[in-house]
Amino acid sequence: METTFDFEKPIADLLMQIEKVNQVAEKTKVDMSATVTELQGKLEETRKEIYSSLSGWQKVQMARHPDRPQTLDYIQMICDEFVELHGDRNVRDDKAIVGGLAKLGGHSVMVIGHQKGKNTKERQFRNFGMANPEGYRKALRLMRMAEKFGKPVVTFVDTMGAYPGIEAEERGQAEAIARNLLEMSVLKVPVICIIIGEGASGGAIGIGVGDKVYMLEHSWYSVISPESCSSILWRSWDYKEKAAECLKLTAENMYSNGLIDGILPEPLGGAHQNPTQMAETIKDQVVKDILALSSKDVKTLVNERIEKFCSMGVVVE
Amino acid sequence: MAWFKRDRAGINTATENKKEAPDGLWNKCPSCKKPLLKSEQIENKYVCQYCGYHLRIGSAEYFSVLFDDNQFTELFGNLRSADPLNFEDTKKYTERIAESYAKTGLNDAIRCGHGKIEGLDLVIACMDFTFIGGSMGSVVGEKIARSIDYCIEHRLPFLLISKSGGARMMEAAFSLMQMAKTSAKLALLGEAKLPYISLLTDPTTGGVTASYAMLGDINIAEPGALIGFAGPRVIKETIKKDLPKGFQTAEFVLEHGFLDFIIDRRKMKYKIATFLKNIL
Repeated sequence: METTFDFEKPIADLLMQIEKVNQVAEKTKVDMSATVTELQGKLEETRKEIYSSLSGWQKVQMARHPDRPQTLDYIQMICDEFVELHGDRNVRDDKAIVGGLAKLGGHSVMVIGHQKGKNTKERQFRNFGMANPEGYRKALRLMRMAEKFGKPVVTFVDTMGAYPGIEAEERGQAEAIARNLLEMSVLKVPVICIIIGEGASGGAIGIGVGDKVYMLEHSWYSVISPESCSSILWRSWDYKEKAAECLKLTAENMYSNGLIDGILPEPLGGAHQNPTQMAETIKDQVVKDILALSSKDVKTLVNERIEKFCSMGVVVE
Repeated sequence: MAWFKRDRAGINTATENKKEAPDGLWNKCPSCKKPLLKSEQIENKYVCQYCGYHLRIGSAEYFSVLFDDNQFTELFGNLRSADPLNFEDTKKYTERIAESYAKTGLNDAIRCGHGKIEGLDLVIACMDFTFIGGSMGSVVGEKIARSIDYCIEHRLPFLLISKSGGARMMEAAFSLMQMAKTSAKLALLGEAKLPYISLLTDPTTGGVTASYAMLGDINIAEPGALIGFAGPRVIKETIKKDLPKGFQTAEFVLEHGFLDFIIDRRKMKYKIATFLKNIL
């Protein structure tokens, strides 16, 4: 069954109307194509209107849509010869972060990303895309390998956050993320990061330090999820919509604040409405960037990356 | 005939035995509840002389404990927070900042100083928990970044004292990016082969732990400090189980291999200076 959000109700209503008209037309054999065309025009307009003016919280809902494509979907759609690599060489293989070597538009790249899982069973297997320290360490191992062999790194960010558990603390969740931030900022190969769904806090930026950081049109990225923000600042879970507005977590906000390098437009109605088209958009951008970034010498590449992140922040002197 | 008798110790102290103590000169140890005189606190580096509890102190106190003769030049002291997102929860962010200025007399949640420790030049950046929970926003990130640049320029070692609830929500993604910013700068400090000591004090959690606090050449902590990524309440709610005793204390973090040692504040200066003299 398809998931429909409250704000999508006008669209669902129109779809139903069209269906009804079609049924009537079939039953009575009366030509109603004019009505259908009119309704379809209206449908198109409504869709455009709704999806171009989504609120912060509506974007969060879109980013969590159960049918939204995930890392492995994109890898399958835009990469060839993907060889998945496992394990952090210390503790275990974290299923919440996947990665491996692949061909992308003729280039060999290391792709890494959060994987949330699609059904209950898979979500449990993937721990809902919430990685433990070994996930971040696996990612770092793969990035170092990419550096060693001069391959660009592409990461897909899609997580509600790093997993808050006892074992995660025991094995140094904070250290694992911190280490990635440091190492990624000086990695000697191009790094391209794409927020494909949710980008929550340290768990997201832990694989999100890149020469180019993009957000898909209906993804979100911030320091905390709106729910947790509501619970901390308002001491209640009821202000998540307000929190989502306050956090300025949409792609437009992030871009206008200079915290990301670009927005990748989604198919009308969201990435899940046309995954192939979304994948093509991503592929085109990544290939373009690989070419541009590979032509820079390593020192310039790294310096520009560091400079970019160091210029972020607003202070008064 | 006495209906009841006050015979518990300490209650029937004779007047002539009572000590004179004007208001504001002492407070209670939060751990053993014994009264601690301000003068004794200074002498004991703000450690309870009865139970060894390390009182929560701010940058002024840490600077006085560590810098020779409390002499230092404050760096980048004029930096203050902007409100890039026009953030308003139950209160406006600008109001929150204004209240914190008034309450603490500080300009933000961190202060940086250049001075000497046992004759050795160094820069210390120290967080203040009293300023919006020691939260890390643009100012904290920028002051750390500039301190590191200063260290590289003047070839100085860097000590960063963390005491923070994590990233400042009111600056949202700007705060998040400070994690990447400070970590990137620390990479440059490392490439310049200058030592970085990270001292974690009570409490150090969230985005602060997950960036600069865990990236020291050595990570050290004060005894009993709460150190973690996720807060204990969040973990408890997630796993729906009680947390083991001593979870996320400095001792726990040491045991799991993420700290080099735990240091009593009274011996801190000597030990840090010794380490620096050996490594430089």
